[in-house]
Amino acid sequence: MISRFLKSREALLAGAIVLLTILIAIRFPAFVSAANLVRVFNDTSILIILALGQMMVILTRCIDLSMAANLALSGMVVAMLNAAMPGIPVPALIALAIAVGAILGAFNGIFVWKLNIPPIVVTLGTLTIFRGLVFVLSGGAWVNAHQMSDAFKAFPRAVFFGLPVLSWVAIFIVVLMTVLIGRTALGRAFYAVGGNPTAAVYTGIDVGRTRFVAFTLAGALAGLSGYLWISRYAVAYVDIAGGFELDIIAACVIGGISIAGGIGSVGGAVLGALFFGVIKNALPVVNISPFWQLAISGAAIILAVAFNARAERRRGRIILRQSEAAS
Amino acid sequence: MRLFGKLIAAAAMSVAFTVNPAQAQDDVKIALVVKALGIGFFEAAHEGAKEAAEELGGVEIIYTGPTDTTAEGQIEVINSLIAQNVDAIAVSANDRDALVPTLKKAMDRGITVISWDSGVAPEGRQMHLNPSSNALIGEMCVKMAAEHLPEGGGDVAILSASATATNQNIWIEEMKKVLPNYPGVNIVATVYGDDLADKSYREAQGLIQSYPDLKAIIAPTSVGIVAAAQAVTDAGKAGEINVTGLGLPSEMAGHVESGASKSFAIWNPIDLGYSATMIAYNLATEKAMAEPGAEIPMGRMGSVKLDDNNEGAMAEPFVYDASNIDDFKDIF
Repeated sequence: MISRFLKSREALLAGAIVLLTILIAIRFPAFVSAANLVRVFNDTSILIILALGQMMVILTRCIDLSMAANLALSGMVVAMLNAAMPGIPVPALIALAIAVGAILGAFNGIFVWKLNIPPIVVTLGTLTIFRGLVFVLSGGAWVNAHQMSDAFKAFPRAVFFGLPVLSWVAIFIVVLMTVLIGRTALGRAFYAVGGNPTAAVYTGIDVGRTRFVAFTLAGALAGLSGYLWISRYAVAYVDIAGGFELDIIAACVIGGISIAGGIGSVGGAVLGALFFGVIKNALPVVNISPFWQLAISGAAIILAVAFNARAERRRGRIILRQSEAAS
Repeated sequence: MRLFGKLIAAAAMSVAFTVNPAQAQDDVKIALVVKALGIGFFEAAHEGAKEAAEELGGVEIIYTGPTDTTAEGQIEVINSLIAQNVDAIAVSANDRDALVPTLKKAMDRGITVISWDSGVAPEGRQMHLNPSSNALIGEMCVKMAAEHLPEGGGDVAILSASATATNQNIWIEEMKKVLPNYPGVNIVATVYGDDLADKSYREAQGLIQSYPDLKAIIAPTSVGIVAAAQAVTDAGKAGEINVTGLGLPSEMAGHVESGASKSFAIWNPIDLGYSATMIAYNLATEKAMAEPGAEIPMGRMGSVKLDDNNEGAMAEPFVYDASNIDDFKDIF
């Protein structure tokens, strides 16, 4: 068991993160103080939640480029509602954000499932649609800190047992996903659908429906992140989390989740996100130029893909036609 | 593909005809091209432009810009404006040099081109309207930081937008020029948040960690100042580290109240949009010429005097603090 873990990609990645942290600590010792590590984890929380959502989608051999735009739209909805009616309790707003996100995710899912459009095309389209809707909804105006109620802003910051709620939410989602992916029929169906859609059809799994569910769940997590993001930075505007969709996918790829579908783990996605979080948080304190940050992230992605390609088992010959998977 | 092109063209034509059927032929069309749609500052400038159009009469304002702050996006927008044959383009540029060829093309077609807020290189415009003089802005930033430093001064850091932002870089240079007059201000670092809320927040957190004696953060960008104020509040340093710079009253009201920001400055974007429109109108209708030394009238804002680079300054920045923020936070 232990020796198998040591050979796994997750162990390698965990080692890489530790090494990176040590290198940073040499230049800036305070980086490894407990308080700071808590801060880094807290800062990465939203990326972890989103990476886990993206992971479900990638497992089913799809991709969701619209998550950051979904986050911006769900966040804007609750921010505007909070500004207009401060009386609505925060839990209700969080539930609303998750619901809005899930609906947007389901929208992606329907296109992929019922119309058989390639996911990359669908989500590229909805990315733009969602961003456009943020514009339409807000009229281009910002929702600012003083317009949000105190309770709305305080929730992710409240500290329990030394960790802010934001971090606890991420931990809760990690636990939830571990159970979902490892202990439910649906979770195993994600692997089956991505690993071999044709075989999945013959075992009675509805490929399209499974993908639809993956998109919807990813959307729900994006909606949750929308509230967390807006309340944490205490501002909502159109460009919130612009370009973040690529960070999410990169975190998944670094975490060893195969773009070809069917391979990946919750631990991998979390570690991939943490790798990013460490780089992003170290950059301001060690005076590396932003170019090098990009170069390091890029190199990590290429390395991760190279390792994954080596580790992926050889596929058998496809005897059954691909078209049967689409039925 | 050809059919598709025809469809697009037909759609565009029908839109062009339906937008303003009652538009008189001789209206002066002035296009206000902003860095990106959905930024409060520019929305306010649009209000000012509409005010000027009403005052002048016979003016149509086209408020447009890309959806993100890129030069490529602005080039596309300007190309479509040239195709619409507008009379004047007033642009706040995302890149000093990248827009020049496109704007030259516009001027070759007889369109009046001015830049405002964030400038274009001189060969790409007839004149540039600075919201205020760069020297005044730079000095104001340092002065606001210095006013609230403890006795004997302290460490101050700058949080800018992107490393290539024209106006931010000029202001930072001007800040450094006036430092000898403020011996207490010790600038320790300049970091870049790229006008992204999350990156600016992280950079501000980095500053708070790296420089334990930090007493002030100057952020000459409206996204950065809000993010820095939030980071200072979250670190429990509100009142200890003063966040100042350039921001909008509506966006900063909460942070002035919390004590994270003692004071900040901005010129009035409504006035700026108003003045840019007035100047564009006066140049397009040949009521004034853009040449060194010329004085171009700007309606209620007086007139602007151009220097050797055909640049002029509108007014000096206005400082907001706890005493006056409530009067302005609902305006812009």
